[in-house]
Amino acid sequence: MSGDIIGIWIGAILTLGIFSFLYKDNPFYKFSEALFVGISAGYWFVVTFWQYFVPKFWDNLSLSFHELVANGRIDYHWIYLVGGFFGVLMLLRLVPKIGWLSRWSLAFIVGTTAGLQFTRYLESNGIRQVVGTIKPLVVGGNLGTSIGNIIIVVGTFTGLIYFFFSKEHKGAFGGAARVGVWFLMINFGAMFGYTVMSRMSLLIGRMDYLFSDWLKLIK
Amino acid sequence: MKNRFVFRKSILLIFLFSFSFFLFGLSISPAQEMGVPVAAPISAPQPPDPPMNVVAKDAPNDNGHAIVVKWSLSADDGKGKNNVLSYEIWRSDNPDTGFVLRGLVPAGTSQYLDRGAREKEEENYFPPHKNFYYQIKAKSDISFSESEVSAPAYAYGQWIHTGKLSILFATAVFTFFVLLFINWAKKGKKLYVRPIAGIDAVDEAIGRATEMGRPILYILGLGSAGELGTIASLTILNRVAKKTAEYQTPLLVPVSDPVVLTVAQEAVKAGYYEAGRPDTYKEDSVWYITSMQFAYVSAVNGLMLREKTATNIYMGVFYAESLLLAETGNVAGSIQISGTDQVAQIPFFVAATDYTLIGEELYAASAYLGKEPLLLGAIKAQDWGKILIMISLIIGAIAASFHLDFIVNLFRIKL
Repeated sequence: MSGDIIGIWIGAILTLGIFSFLYKDNPFYKFSEALFVGISAGYWFVVTFWQYFVPKFWDNLSLSFHELVANGRIDYHWIYLVGGFFGVLMLLRLVPKIGWLSRWSLAFIVGTTAGLQFTRYLESNGIRQVVGTIKPLVVGGNLGTSIGNIIIVVGTFTGLIYFFFSKEHKGAFGGAARVGVWFLMINFGAMFGYTVMSRMSLLIGRMDYLFSDWLKLIK
Repeated sequence: MKNRFVFRKSILLIFLFSFSFFLFGLSISPAQEMGVPVAAPISAPQPPDPPMNVVAKDAPNDNGHAIVVKWSLSADDGKGKNNVLSYEIWRSDNPDTGFVLRGLVPAGTSQYLDRGAREKEEENYFPPHKNFYYQIKAKSDISFSESEVSAPAYAYGQWIHTGKLSILFATAVFTFFVLLFINWAKKGKKLYVRPIAGIDAVDEAIGRATEMGRPILYILGLGSAGELGTIASLTILNRVAKKTAEYQTPLLVPVSDPVVLTVAQEAVKAGYYEAGRPDTYKEDSVWYITSMQFAYVSAVNGLMLREKTATNIYMGVFYAESLLLAETGNVAGSIQISGTDQVAQIPFFVAATDYTLIGEELYAASAYLGKEPLLLGAIKAQDWGKILIMISLIIGAIAASFHLDFIVNLFRIKL
């Protein structure tokens, strides 16, 4: 029995183990789940080590150290020591007395990421949305486009009203908010159907694995 | 004697005649011999007219590793038997030698962005502040011609991206509103935030779990600690932890990111402190499972059925796992409250959970619960931002309808 066949059998049995959850929680599922979680956690540790720690920290600082020893020059890669410093602070959580120092790292991560994302969100979710919605309400000789443009503008406008939190949804304002909710729900419905179709293709892929690769019932 | 002279003369004539016939015979091709018509001789291939006016300039609005090259098209571009098929862009740091090919563009193109890598270690590194000369070759199918070498140009970075000034303006306006409203909130001015159904249901759901004597499961999603959805969720987690500490209801928080784990532990611990019950805080109530999406889902799904959680709260950044989690919670009979800013996942939460915070409601919820000046100020500023967007929409739509392009162009972003 070749390695491939053993792999297919293991894959098929574990697939059935996960599928068995559809019936109810059972030891077969628990075993598959524990194996999946354990392997993935270990795998992520290795990925993190080789894709982040080694190339970002170790390799860069090795280069800098080599440059310092060989040419007496301090290059910019030493900046990675800052990341290393914050990493060590995170590990200090293991020492209860000074574990509070890890909050510095957390503050740095959360603050910088949120700050960096601020302008990105403002551009993609704000200004680009406005630019994409600025459309002529009446396009001469093209009724379909005119209707489409009106729907886009009205939908965006009423959707914004729904997400306005400083005023209660009552009266005409509430009516406009309800129109906004209708637009949202129609959009969600379309997205739901679209995503369900893509999930079906995932299921078909798994079935194909079971019936074609494993059982050889489909050729 | 005379006969001998005549004989020699005849021999010479015969020889000359024979030699000339031999030469004549060489110049006649077999086709001519056979009487077939012959084409005119092929002339040497003519190169297309060269491109003119090659100008190289630093590429605007970038980090200083690109140069834009422009030229006037060859006179043979798009016509004639010497039709240009493409242009090659050559570059050197010496105007006389050492040109290397940098790019190829089809006929009809009169500019090229010569962009390189930023890092010195990378193969295609483009050094800033170094003079480069450019030459353009117009290529036909059989020949090519070269332009004059351009004047030197060097790449350098710009501090301000002029195409994104509208974003700078919007940031300044938004920041002004945030600071203004935070200041008002700090001074005690009442800032109204409308009730959000999903958040009002949280207290009810915690009460239900307490009555049933079962734990509450709080899922932060798969986002990293820096994502806005996760940050908003952590604020809500703090509030939920405070309530569960007051009611002495077990709280389970399995997480998928090591950094989020640390922040979540801090948030829950702070909630227990605020409730005056730090002694009942259990550090292992917030624990790491794995960062792999579906392995995390399999573990949480098992947890729901084994622990028989009374309430499941899903707040944060979710992807394909949203429906898998929510459906399992449904099967387990838990009351479920969800909220995410991932638009593609909202439909699944709407379909499978009891209450859903849609998009920005998640951010608003954290402010609504916290009542902190910082958060309330941000929500108020967002509302004012929305008012400006709505005004812009109306003005823009009217301007576009009446072809007032100078107004429409105010909103354009150049990349």
